[in-house]
Amino acid sequence: MKNPSVDTHLLPADSGTIGTEPLLAVDNLHVEFSTRQGVARAVNGVSYALNAGETLAVLGESGSGKSVTAQAIMGILDMPPARIPKGEIRFRGTDLLQLSEAQRSQIRGQQIAMIFQDALSALNPVFTVGWQIAEMFRVHKGMSKKAAYAKAVELMDRVRIPAAKQRVNDYPHQFSGGMRQRIMIAMSIALDPEVLIADEPTTALDVTVQAQIMELLAELQRESNMGLILITHDLGVVADVADKIAVMYGGRIVENAPVHDIYRNAAHPYTKGLLESIPRVDMKGQELYAIKGLPPNLLDMPTGCAFHPRCPFRQDDCVTDVPALHEISGTRSSACHYWREVLDGTAG
Amino acid sequence: MAPQGDPILEVRDLVKHFPLTQGIVMKRQIGAIKAVDGVSFDLRRGETLGVVGESGCGKSTLAKLLMALEKPTSGSVKVNGELVDVHKGSNLKRFRRNIQMVMQDPYTSLNPRMTVGDIIGEPYEIHTEVAPKGDRRKKVQDLLEVVGLNPDHINRYPHQFSGGQRQRIGIARGLALQPEIIICDEPVSALDVSIQAQVINLLERLQSEFGLAYIFIAHDLSVVRHISDRVAVMYLGKIVEIGKDTEIYDKPSHPYTQALLSAVPVPDPEGRETRERIILQGDPPSPANPPSGCRFRTRCWKAQEICAVEEPLLQIRPGTDHESACHFAEVHDVVHAS
Repeated sequence: MKNPSVDTHLLPADSGTIGTEPLLAVDNLHVEFSTRQGVARAVNGVSYALNAGETLAVLGESGSGKSVTAQAIMGILDMPPARIPKGEIRFRGTDLLQLSEAQRSQIRGQQIAMIFQDALSALNPVFTVGWQIAEMFRVHKGMSKKAAYAKAVELMDRVRIPAAKQRVNDYPHQFSGGMRQRIMIAMSIALDPEVLIADEPTTALDVTVQAQIMELLAELQRESNMGLILITHDLGVVADVADKIAVMYGGRIVENAPVHDIYRNAAHPYTKGLLESIPRVDMKGQELYAIKGLPPNLLDMPTGCAFHPRCPFRQDDCVTDVPALHEISGTRSSACHYWREVLDGTAG
Repeated sequence: MAPQGDPILEVRDLVKHFPLTQGIVMKRQIGAIKAVDGVSFDLRRGETLGVVGESGCGKSTLAKLLMALEKPTSGSVKVNGELVDVHKGSNLKRFRRNIQMVMQDPYTSLNPRMTVGDIIGEPYEIHTEVAPKGDRRKKVQDLLEVVGLNPDHINRYPHQFSGGQRQRIGIARGLALQPEIIICDEPVSALDVSIQAQVINLLERLQSEFGLAYIFIAHDLSVVRHISDRVAVMYLGKIVEIGKDTEIYDKPSHPYTQALLSAVPVPDPEGRETRERIILQGDPPSPANPPSGCRFRTRCWKAQEICAVEEPLLQIRPGTDHESACHFAEVHDVVHAS
């Protein structure tokens, strides 16, 4: 084991990468939950990497492990019942899992920040939004109350909340859904984090408001060159903003690819199925392609490839052997035994 | 099945205002939330009308009014040419048999203490004439089979099913009384992406099998396009544009429809840098105090003086082939423009 006493203040903060090490790297991460029914393996060996200024979309259905991975990066999993038996999460080359809780809370919020899906339940209803944004500065920077409030107003301006000066003393319930999400964003970018994790930031919002929020996030990212991890199940949002995509299924990454490659030609049957199930104009009046069956039960995962019970191209070895993440090119990989055939369209 | 014949459902100037009151003993009305404010449309047998709009535009209140779960402030609903009188029980009972609903959330809309058989069979308790007591179990099993569930699971409880299967149970319950109209209020939005397509296919199959007419309320515009024959766009309690699916999606003429369509993320990264996007600023105004004249004018980039004074009527405008409530309606293809 490495020496855990790494002082986060000594971490190099000038360059986007250290040698070839990306800004944030998740490496073979496993997370499991002890439940009364048994052990639920929510994350089974997930690896992905993020560079500064890059947008990585993590795509998956509920139960695919996408949010649990994010919570492990933030260090906000409840342990127990959660347990991380294996894996590394390296931020600028330092394994976060080896740090003490005190050291992690230095990084949390300051260098890695997170936006949650439901802003109404993520904000505290009994404090004003100004107080909650200012808290970031008071706690992390030791600022005075007054200076922190001034900073809060500044941030509310930056996320384009109209009349920020008057609204700083309002409570969360006095804001609309879109405005609340802006307040969440203001809190998360308060300390100029290098990595921002957005967990379904627009799922609860209308499309018009979703467009506003996604535009704001893109703009903030351009200004500060943050790395952004966008967790979502919306194939449209992903196509709009992502640089690269990690598709998750049953706690594993099934496909990793730059955004254009995946939409042009998927290399995993699950990704292919998802893309084909989107209603298309030229498919009107015809039956939609639907992936058969149900997502897997984490307490009772299928043997071999987790997708095999639903896969149209299934062969005998899919039932017995867990497919490795095969490298297709330098930037692309697929966890399917038959990725070549899936890519060529000759599978099944 | 292609929509045919006379309208099965005629809605005229439907209005629902929820009063805002002040005081506890001396209650006085100080205003009203104008949730639905003059909505008219027709629905024919076998037709699907999609209803889209932002939250708070009155979509769900409209659904409740059509189900006669809320009494309209004014306006009328006719089913098969017969006026629905919400004050007359026998009339209402007959009418309600003909129009059923599929709810949004399959987790909260099924009673956890009832078996699937009891849930689907419950409508027969009220409308005893549809199925005599001895027949009910068989009927429920048939319904389970129709929606793609195992008829042997009749004695299971909702928690033993997944989200997509529960939605199928909700659909089976909606079909129990053999209605002609089904109102689907966001039927797939609570489901996972890979399950949504299964449920949409089921709804389409049932429509062609039983000649059902659907009112399909959803916020996912690509799903609405796939299933709908006609689409109505709502904003602050009013229909601002209505037409065939191709008219609304390819030739939208109301600025709000154009903004709504351009805000939908396209699931294709090709050309994403050059795609036209109209981003509306701010949120919709409060339905308690809507803007004068055109309700959309406070967020509209085309707004002129006339928009604040004169309310634009829903009618066919010059240069377009479907109804639009804008003084400056102009066809503009936002989806295919680059």
